Amino acid sequence: MLAVPIQALFGQLLIGLINGSFYALLSLGLAIIFGLLNVVNFAHGALYMLGAFVAWFLAEKAGVGYWGALILAPLAVGLFGAVIERLLLRRLAGLDPLYGLLLTFGIALILQGLFSNWFGSSGMPYEMPSALQGGRALPFMFLPNYRLWVIAVSLVVCLGTWAITERTRLGSWLRAATENAALVSAFGINVPRMITITYGLGVALAALAGVLAAPIYRVSPLMGADLIIVVFAVVVIGGMGSILGSIITGFSLGILEGLTKVFYPEASNTVIFVVMAIVLLVRPAGLFGKQA
Amino acid sequence: MLRSALAVLAALAASPAAHADFTGKTIKIGVLNDQSGLYADLAGPGSVLAAKMAVEEMGGKIGDTPIEVVFADHQNKPDIGSNIVRQWIDVDGVDVIVDVPTSSVALAVSAVVKEKNKVFLASGPGSSDLTGKACSPNTVHWTYDTYALAHTTGQAEVAAGGKSWFFLTADYAFGQALERDTTAVVKAAGGEVLGGVKHPLNTTDFSSFLLQAQSSKAQVIGLANAGGDTINSIKAASEFGIVKGGQKLAGLLVFVTDIHALGLQTAQGLLLSESFYWDRDAKTRAWSKKWSEKMGGKKPSMVQAGVYASVLHYLKALKALKSDADGKAVVDEMKKLHTDDTLFGKGVIRADGRKIHPMYLYEVKKPADSKGEWDLYKLVKEIPGDQAFRPEKEGNCSLIAGSTPAPAAAPAAPAAAPAAKPDAGSAK
Repeated sequence: MLAVPIQALFGQLLIGLINGSFYALLSLGLAIIFGLLNVVNFAHGALYMLGAFVAWFLAEKAGVGYWGALILAPLAVGLFGAVIERLLLRRLAGLDPLYGLLLTFGIALILQGLFSNWFGSSGMPYEMPSALQGGRALPFMFLPNYRLWVIAVSLVVCLGTWAITERTRLGSWLRAATENAALVSAFGINVPRMITITYGLGVALAALAGVLAAPIYRVSPLMGADLIIVVFAVVVIGGMGSILGSIITGFSLGILEGLTKVFYPEASNTVIFVVMAIVLLVRPAGLFGKQA
Repeated sequence: MLRSALAVLAALAASPAAHADFTGKTIKIGVLNDQSGLYADLAGPGSVLAAKMAVEEMGGKIGDTPIEVVFADHQNKPDIGSNIVRQWIDVDGVDVIVDVPTSSVALAVSAVVKEKNKVFLASGPGSSDLTGKACSPNTVHWTYDTYALAHTTGQAEVAAGGKSWFFLTADYAFGQALERDTTAVVKAAGGEVLGGVKHPLNTTDFSSFLLQAQSSKAQVIGLANAGGDTINSIKAASEFGIVKGGQKLAGLLVFVTDIHALGLQTAQGLLLSESFYWDRDAKTRAWSKKWSEKMGGKKPSMVQAGVYASVLHYLKALKALKSDADGKAVVDEMKKLHTDDTLFGKGVIRADGRKIHPMYLYEVKKPADSKGEWDLYKLVKEIPGDQAFRPEKEGNCSLIAGSTPAPAAAPAAPAAAPAAKPDAGSAK
């Protein structure tokens, strides 16, 4: 299996990039939430699943297609997230992050349990929008248009989010509140509301990834549980709370995983954790995290 | 995190057993399967219901002894599965273990059940080793096996001209057995296997593996996986234009629940084999309707049908024997009685534990031909049981090889237990 033709290698790199897009989108939301709320949001996978299901509901019950779902599902799930933050997470502010972790883990189990109960574990089919069907024949592989679209959306959203946090006034408030919330609120900024909005935004990113995933994977109650552990590894490797770190790590680990699938497929679902273990040994704060 | 949800379902009024020799005052049926993961739809709670339906049909008791159904989630892990079975048998007085999809778990369970001399009715698992080199006098393998899949779907693909194959194989006992049995069919027909990929169980993204399959230029891509893995493989193959590019997909084990999840648009034209389809005849429709009413309108898979039929036959054997104390004797009685139920028709259980019934080759309908959400298959042909399943002599089962005749209670041949161990990873 070592004599892999160079063409196949290009194909695998590209596929790795596509998977990396999902990792990046999801870990980005996690990083933002951890950065500001200091909450390890274990419900992220379940909310990603919720995004896909909202898209399915919209198509099935309201006749709203993919393009509408791309806007509406993140909005709806984002609102749901804001409600969770207001009603539940807020009560845990200032406590050990472990409580937030337990709470969000519980929310994830409840959501997954409910949806498994209603829909079973095989999931639902979701049609790909006709404009994105088909694909183009590259010299080294057949690239479905939809996957290209996923890379594009993910890149735009990731870079956009990064730009907002780094280059705008809102972003600077955000970063300041992360450092010292009391001081920022003394300047007349409504920190609690900002926290709610941030959590909603992070969750909306997960839902967006869910809608993007719906046509290519199954819309299934377990889709988030399968992914969330990997995404957490990505965040840990990138450095908890580092936005740029999570984006870069997401894409590069997708590629690394893709390469593993060529050279040693049996290890493809463990390679990311091996990297995580090594990174934790060498740089405990993660590749892009601030060393304590 | 230890999670062994154990629930008593059909606890019927406990009147003391006076005459018959049933251990523990009740006949306890333990349905062990995947309750929440990728195989939960094709087995899961639906199998528990199927077992309950068989109990109901027997009137809820045999003589004065009530029948009880309990269930647990093995999470597709052999260690968890065999621990539950030990606990069930040693502490809770369970007499028979039913279903157990995921061959690696089933091989482990089979070894434990043999050691404890209880009964194992396998419906969910596929590995043909359960009645081959790992066969046991306490195990009945009911619904299907990898050899039968290879000799129905695999054979049909070869007959249709698919001479060169590439395998996508789930990397555990079941996938390996299915790849091995299908490879034998392909080679016997003069075909060749160009390569394959072993992927981890429960993989989300198959595009990378399919790309490898594509560059192998094989005519047929054999999917030696199941459940969610098969769904994701077929979806990705459609997206990456594998079928349009001239390569054929052979879904070697595809369940009705998988096709439902895929949708006909993606799945149309796929060949697959099952031993049970809800819409086969009036009897299967009637039973499925009853099942469906309690499962929110879903339709049963062949695994769930197999749970019903095997439990029913087990209970008939108990009725004849009036005892469940000696598991091996119960299985011998099951082999002696001819099987007869509404779902699988008349059949037999061979000395190696293999249940024999016809397999059916189906083609997935085009969306235009489907009359309802679950109207999914078109029958291609029926394959008689003696052609679909492996001849008894070819399985290397120790119960068959002349030295150890089946009825002897003496030490079962040593080949069985060690053979099961590498896959099973049981604690002993």
